[in-house]
Amino acid sequence: MGKKHEYGLLIDYEYCTGCHTCQVACAQENNWPAGMGGIRVNEIVQTLPKDKYYLTYLPFPTELCVLCTKRTKKGLKPACVQHCMASCITYGKVPELADQMMKKARMVLWVPK
Amino acid sequence: MTVSQTTIHKTTTWSPGPGCHGGCGVLAHIRDGKLVKIEGDPDHPMNQGRLCARVLAMTQYNNHPDRLRYPERRVGKRGEGKWERISWDEALDEIETRMNKIREEYGPESMVFNVGTGRDIYSWVCMLAYAYGSPNVMFGLTGQACYGPRLAAVATIQGDFAVFDAAQWFEDRYDHPGYKVPECMIIWGYNIHATCPDNQFGHWIVDLMKKGTKIICIDPRLSWFGSRAKYHLRLRPGTDSALVMGLLNVIISSGHYDRDFVAKWTNAAHLIRNDTGRLVRERDISTTGAAKNFVAWDTIGNHPVVGDTGRVSYRDEKALPIMSGTVEVPLSDGTMVDCHTAWDAFCKEVDQYPLEKVESITGVPAKEIEKAALFYAKAKPAAVHWGVAVDMTPALTPLVTGITALWALTGNLDIPGGNVFARFAFDVVSYALPGTKGAIKLKTQEADNLRIGKDKYMPLEKFYWRSQTDMTLDQIFSEDPYPIKGMWIQTAGIMQGLGMDPKRWKKALEKLDFIVAVDVFQTPTTQFADIVLPAATFLEKDSFRSWWVPLQTINKVLETDEARSDPEINFELAKRFDPDFEFETLYDLYDEILKPSGMTFEELQAKGWAYPPEGVSSCPYRRHEKGLLRPDKRPGFRTPTGLFEIYSTLREESGLEPIPHHEEPPFTPVSRPDLAKDYPLILSTGRRSPAFFHTEHRQIPWLRDIDPDPVVEIHPKTLKDHGIGHGEWIWIENWMGRARFKAKATPVVPEWMIMAAHGWWFPERKAAEPDLYGMWQSNINQLLPMNQQGKDGMGAPIKHSMCKIYKCSPEEVNHG
Repeated sequence: MGKKHEYGLLIDYEYCTGCHTCQVACAQENNWPAGMGGIRVNEIVQTLPKDKYYLTYLPFPTELCVLCTKRTKKGLKPACVQHCMASCITYGKVPELADQMMKKARMVLWVPK
Repeated sequence: MTVSQTTIHKTTTWSPGPGCHGGCGVLAHIRDGKLVKIEGDPDHPMNQGRLCARVLAMTQYNNHPDRLRYPERRVGKRGEGKWERISWDEALDEIETRMNKIREEYGPESMVFNVGTGRDIYSWVCMLAYAYGSPNVMFGLTGQACYGPRLAAVATIQGDFAVFDAAQWFEDRYDHPGYKVPECMIIWGYNIHATCPDNQFGHWIVDLMKKGTKIICIDPRLSWFGSRAKYHLRLRPGTDSALVMGLLNVIISSGHYDRDFVAKWTNAAHLIRNDTGRLVRERDISTTGAAKNFVAWDTIGNHPVVGDTGRVSYRDEKALPIMSGTVEVPLSDGTMVDCHTAWDAFCKEVDQYPLEKVESITGVPAKEIEKAALFYAKAKPAAVHWGVAVDMTPALTPLVTGITALWALTGNLDIPGGNVFARFAFDVVSYALPGTKGAIKLKTQEADNLRIGKDKYMPLEKFYWRSQTDMTLDQIFSEDPYPIKGMWIQTAGIMQGLGMDPKRWKKALEKLDFIVAVDVFQTPTTQFADIVLPAATFLEKDSFRSWWVPLQTINKVLETDEARSDPEINFELAKRFDPDFEFETLYDLYDEILKPSGMTFEELQAKGWAYPPEGVSSCPYRRHEKGLLRPDKRPGFRTPTGLFEIYSTLREESGLEPIPHHEEPPFTPVSRPDLAKDYPLILSTGRRSPAFFHTEHRQIPWLRDIDPDPVVEIHPKTLKDHGIGHGEWIWIENWMGRARFKAKATPVVPEWMIMAAHGWWFPERKAAEPDLYGMWQSNINQLLPMNQQGKDGMGAPIKHSMCKIYKCSPEEVNHG
């Protein structure tokens, strides 16, 4: 059996407004140059019936996400979680996050590499 | 060997840096005198640890290799991009000498002082201009069409400004006893994901939505709010005032308005003469009566009763004035005149907007308008938040007063969760908003009489103590009634951002004898200066902020070469220009301004921030009832009648329409069908980017990575009809000029409208002309006019013009 993936990021994409704070917070924390980073925000515009649309911004942890282990060891939240303007990213143990997920729709749980 | 240590310092954001209107608490990590990291302060009530992309990129901003670090003097011609480093002494001496020469030869009013958006700067620019003796402080946007017009319009009828209530007045915020979450919020022309303008932390609205607030979004674009809204009213740009009349129509005709508020706190009962169409004044009915007093009809005594504006009450306190109906009033000369009430006049205007008509003007289905209006009217409490779209139309005052009437008529004024009076914390003025007296005033009233536009436009005379921008530009060329010879430009981008028709602004700048620019980076605008001074970022200055609450200090945590803070620069020069300048040090001045708070700068700095307690005029709620708004401490409002004026006395006196209404803007398919043949698409501009504040941040790698190119949003069908693919470079063109943008296919815009980003220039390109950092390539302002300001000198058509689009040729694309 491989390494156990205990921690993850729970994204409430109902409230992500696409401010890109997480991207820059990550780049600063981990010293990534522009163009690289542990999280990227994607824009999805879904066409709905009756000429309506739903606009979603979805933060996605990339191959470079390390879940800010240096910060979490000190009891701090990951940089993206602390700074998120919409407070829509939660860091925690996967089962606990999955539990939260069942209480609200429009959530996605990421377990980065 | 010494081990370098990182120290952490608390301070408050306010430009230069993030560019916004500031207020967030941050923790700056400093090592070896350099910023190595910045984080949100979890203890700060405003942002609670959160922080935007622009502040988080401050290490790249503060330590940027292109930053101005020393004063520079232009050595080539204007626009040649040649500069030499000079000392501060040389720079200040030369500025003093050359500005004194202008003052001696032409008078102080011949220097114009140009300021950009709401940074920590207006007080200090006014201080410098007034010490020099010039009344001409200019916000360089046509029709001053950003925020100030809204303030002036609200002041005209309500006295004090009001903003949505997110419990920002209390240190315990949402937990504050008595605070209520709005059940409904109207978001009018405001896009969140980007910026926190007008001193509000934009994501407070997201906090409220999580607590149950439902949104009515008024925006032609599908903004994030639009996508999350209970009702999204997608109106045609420029028809907001028709929509507000439709909303008022539903609210009044359905009876869902607060009759007690209207009767007690508005001038609804004041009588208007049928013959002249003007308000009856006490002097009309009595030879000894005062012009400032108004007249109502008392149903008990069945006779006229005087509304005494000095006492903010009827002379007969038991009077029960009629709200509606026609009465015959005896005039002082013995004749009789038929009169109706201000409420009847207001309702008659509102009746001009049945929903079918509003639908035909705005394009919003009547049913949607009705449902949204009733939802807002029935929700208790309900709030409104608006963006700059409401200022960016010539008839902004009729629109803004209509929106203001929404919150007043529904009884949502200064109640928990409604629209709450916005006062500077402890009435300390750190930011001399237009209409606010700063610490430094012009020495004489005569000096102010030369202010450009003051004698022509009522809002500029009464509320907006700046020069009128369009008239100022004209006067640079006409030199009538006096010549303009110099310009002080401080953290403002007249060429790349503030200035519409920038080709004309370029000619104007070239005509001036002397220009000083204060900025953090060289820009297209600074290329026209004679001297450029390096401004410090917010991390490099001591200052304070009270816009609105809390009162807090900005603390200097590091220095960068010879950069100096805006207040320091202006203080030094103010002392040089005014031999009677009364302050020895900048901190003496700060202490003077802070006096109403009972704290010195040092004491406030030790506290960090301070919230006004209950009973202070800057602490809510229901302050009009408690006598906390007026200087005479009487209940009421700071208006000429002391009431909320649904019928504006000031506008009537100035020959302007006293009641909200719709006016079709100058360049729309409705007002100019002739132009629509060649320019069939509606051009809207100014969609905010989360990465940039207006023209700033294009040189910050992390931020540019988020938004690398000037983008225009176009509906996929419209793009297809034009044979243009997603991501292709196109020209947007109209009768004024053209600009190059990258097409983004997206249904967030309607098929008939395109949305072009503003403020684009390319710091990576050459400064020297003709390139000017590529500013002629993608500056959308080249398609937008000057001199289309509203009848009251305020507002301008920035978000609604007309255009056509076509592909760039391959050579144009490869050219870069």
